[in-house]
Amino acid sequence: MTDTTNSPAATEHGPVPLPRSLARLLIVVGAVGTIASTFLSWTWTSDFPGDLTVYGYPAGLQILALVGGALTLLFGLTLWDIKWLRRLNPANATSPVFLTALSAFAVCWFTGIAIAVDLGGLVNLDPGAYVAMAASALPVVGALALPHPAPGTGIRGYLTKPQLPAPGKASPLVDRIVITVGVALGLVAFSYGIGIDNDASETFIGYLLLLVFAAWGLMHTGLVDRFATAAAHHKGFASALAFVAAVIFPFTQGDDHNANVGVNILIFATVALGLNIVVGLTGLLDLGYVAFLGVGAYAAALVSGSEYSRFSGVHFPFWAAALTGMAASLVFGVLIGAPTLRLRGDYLAIVTLGFGEIFRITVNNLDGTSGPNITRGPNGITQIPDLDILGFNLGESHNILGHSLGRFANYLFLMLIVTAIVVLVFTRAADSRIGRSWIAIREDETAATAMGINGFRVKLVAFALGASLAGLAGTVMAHVNYSVNPQPYQFAGAAPPNSAFLLAAVVLGGMGTVSGPLLGASVLYLVPEKLQFLQNYELFAFGIALILLMRFRPEGIIANRRRQLEFHETGQLDVPAQATLSDDPAVTKAGA
Amino acid sequence: MRFGGLTAVRSVDFTVNSGEIVGLIGPNGAGKTTFFNCLTGLYIPTEGTVSYQGKVLPPKPHLVTQAGIARTFQNIRLFANMTVLENVLVGRHTRTKEGLWSALLRGPGFRKAEKESEAKAMELLEFIGLAGKRDHLARNLPYGEQRKLEIARALASEPGLLLLDEPTAGMNPQETRATEELVFAIRDRGIAVLVIEHDMRFIFNLCDRVAVLVQGEKLVEGTSDVVQADERVVAAYLGEPFEGDPGTAEAAEVEAAEAAAEAVAEDRTADAAPPSDAAPAADAEDADAESTEADSTTKGETQ
Repeated sequence: MTDTTNSPAATEHGPVPLPRSLARLLIVVGAVGTIASTFLSWTWTSDFPGDLTVYGYPAGLQILALVGGALTLLFGLTLWDIKWLRRLNPANATSPVFLTALSAFAVCWFTGIAIAVDLGGLVNLDPGAYVAMAASALPVVGALALPHPAPGTGIRGYLTKPQLPAPGKASPLVDRIVITVGVALGLVAFSYGIGIDNDASETFIGYLLLLVFAAWGLMHTGLVDRFATAAAHHKGFASALAFVAAVIFPFTQGDDHNANVGVNILIFATVALGLNIVVGLTGLLDLGYVAFLGVGAYAAALVSGSEYSRFSGVHFPFWAAALTGMAASLVFGVLIGAPTLRLRGDYLAIVTLGFGEIFRITVNNLDGTSGPNITRGPNGITQIPDLDILGFNLGESHNILGHSLGRFANYLFLMLIVTAIVVLVFTRAADSRIGRSWIAIREDETAATAMGINGFRVKLVAFALGASLAGLAGTVMAHVNYSVNPQPYQFAGAAPPNSAFLLAAVVLGGMGTVSGPLLGASVLYLVPEKLQFLQNYELFAFGIALILLMRFRPEGIIANRRRQLEFHETGQLDVPAQATLSDDPAVTKAGA
Repeated sequence: MRFGGLTAVRSVDFTVNSGEIVGLIGPNGAGKTTFFNCLTGLYIPTEGTVSYQGKVLPPKPHLVTQAGIARTFQNIRLFANMTVLENVLVGRHTRTKEGLWSALLRGPGFRKAEKESEAKAMELLEFIGLAGKRDHLARNLPYGEQRKLEIARALASEPGLLLLDEPTAGMNPQETRATEELVFAIRDRGIAVLVIEHDMRFIFNLCDRVAVLVQGEKLVEGTSDVVQADERVVAAYLGEPFEGDPGTAEAAEVEAAEAAAEAVAEDRTADAAPPSDAAPAADAEDADAESTEADSTTKGETQ
């Protein structure tokens, strides 16, 4: 009781008039009830995805409810003075409890409503579902009865991030443990999400609900910040661990289809990362970027030895094919870049959009009737043979450590290496003389040229580098998909990769970061893949999601430190110590 | 320099010698900044050339900077979302040459060059007194420090000539004074300075020579005494007593104006400071180290 009264504005209780002790009890009881309910049957028929009919162990959405309940219990218990749990919630804030309670509540109520709607009526709910809905509501009520020291009134006060004590210096070992736990949790969450059956859209929605609220709650505890600072201090360790986690991923999947999804996400993410050099670092809005992926894919297909290739006799080994793809994209990038990069801003965007479409239309027409036969037009180049690297045929299943890895898992490993290369190129280029000049050009091109930067040249390097990285990804993509055809390389379409989705992945994830586009690409690939029923409304939903994102988190899910400061003026860590008030308006005026 | 039918700057011949501080003044719209932009290659002059150390410079900003002319901007144009150190490192762009490959391969040469650049940048930050804020974002600096940082960024390109475009705009008297000292310190490093400014006290304290630009043409050039005594300068700033009516009335007016000229001569800032300020300014006319001391009393009074 005493520790929350440090803020004078803190009220004794929230909107729900309950004493604190009772509120705490309510949270814990509700959380335990939610956990218990997941062992009951929620509905009588297995028609509902995930088979929630079983007594004794949770399944599908029940697992999600279980996780939500467990998180609520965990953070509910931090309200008591338990030494070790206190570290989970150092600010002793109410909002993590509230948000985790909301995650369980959202999952349970969503499930109940989904069962009633899907199966036609409340009669389909088993007692377990009622228990779950009732029990999951208790912690929400309990949390609303807790006093909240955060600024803001009403519900809003529960959703604002509490003031967190600055994370102290931790020993490297603790930091590494934090990173390991974080990466492991990420791997578990990702593999679970990817493993959800494509027909079980309900489960995936529940998964998203849980993920959003739980991540929100964890962010409010400062644990996410903790992880981020630890990862920033031990960059090498964190990236190595992330790589290991990605290598482990195929072993967690029994189904090769999920590995296929994984490969496609990686291709998408790698290309997005390449685009991030152009858009995020250099600030060149490129709306035709997917064309470079296409150039790489077509170049690799032409030299793959496919019998439908124009040069069917030519069969390059993979390294040569990859270099060919990169070189072709590089040439294409320079050819497009040289005339267009003299333009700035919106003009550049329009011109690149045009060039992107030119690529697709040209490829469509190089079919032997409208033009020379090189790409077989809309039929594309099919039957691209599987890669054979050092005697290791990627098309066959291999048995590694007692786990059978299918074709797509093999390609996943290959693609991981490509992604690692691209990540390395991105980070190294960003933190160098040329990377600084890219950022300088993004910030103020006139000033950058006045500082001696040859704007055109540096932009062309960024453009060409981005293009060749996309080309590299394209070479793998041609082999993964067995064929190439012009259809995916358009500006906007219902499925990734296309230029709009690539750009969205970069913006959604966070411009100028490495993990941002990777995360953005995963989200943008998984959501349409798993929510099949949205198919007709996909672009609509996509648009709404973008609008919401731009309203509430314009810097992207993972914010570059610079961007974060750019979009949120307040709460900056490094505000100058003695900023004089009279100076501030002058800054904005002069800087405008 | 012509923009369509408008001639912004016409036949301005202008020389800055090494180790000199030269002021460029003129009423608003006289073409001072346009002149700067022509010098630094941001504008391509319709006619005429810019030469530095005997070589004609191409109208490309990055080549001008490479040749050794650096500039600041009238409206601060820092890289707002880069740190203070990064801003200065960008300024070193022309004096380093590591390309993409060395950045990707990270050989020993790359590390050495990065270290050297950082050391040079830190030395400059210490010179202007911002070393303690190396990791702050440029946007978060107070206004005066942003101005300083812009100068440091320009100095990082190791220029022989520094062009300052209104370095004290929007500054309070103390900050102006600090900038004055900074410019002297820059000159002591062997860098010639060409400065645009509206603060006449600042200009006449600082400059060895002052040129006056009016309606795109150079009206007069000389020491501060010469410029201050020139009636055309007064006329350009304050307006002619009357125009286009030759006769006896004019003669009388001119006489009156001449009589008043002594008093008014110093008070020629565009924003017309009160006449009482003119007297201390007159003490500080000689652009010498001594006169800067005299000026410090002026500052005390103006506060």
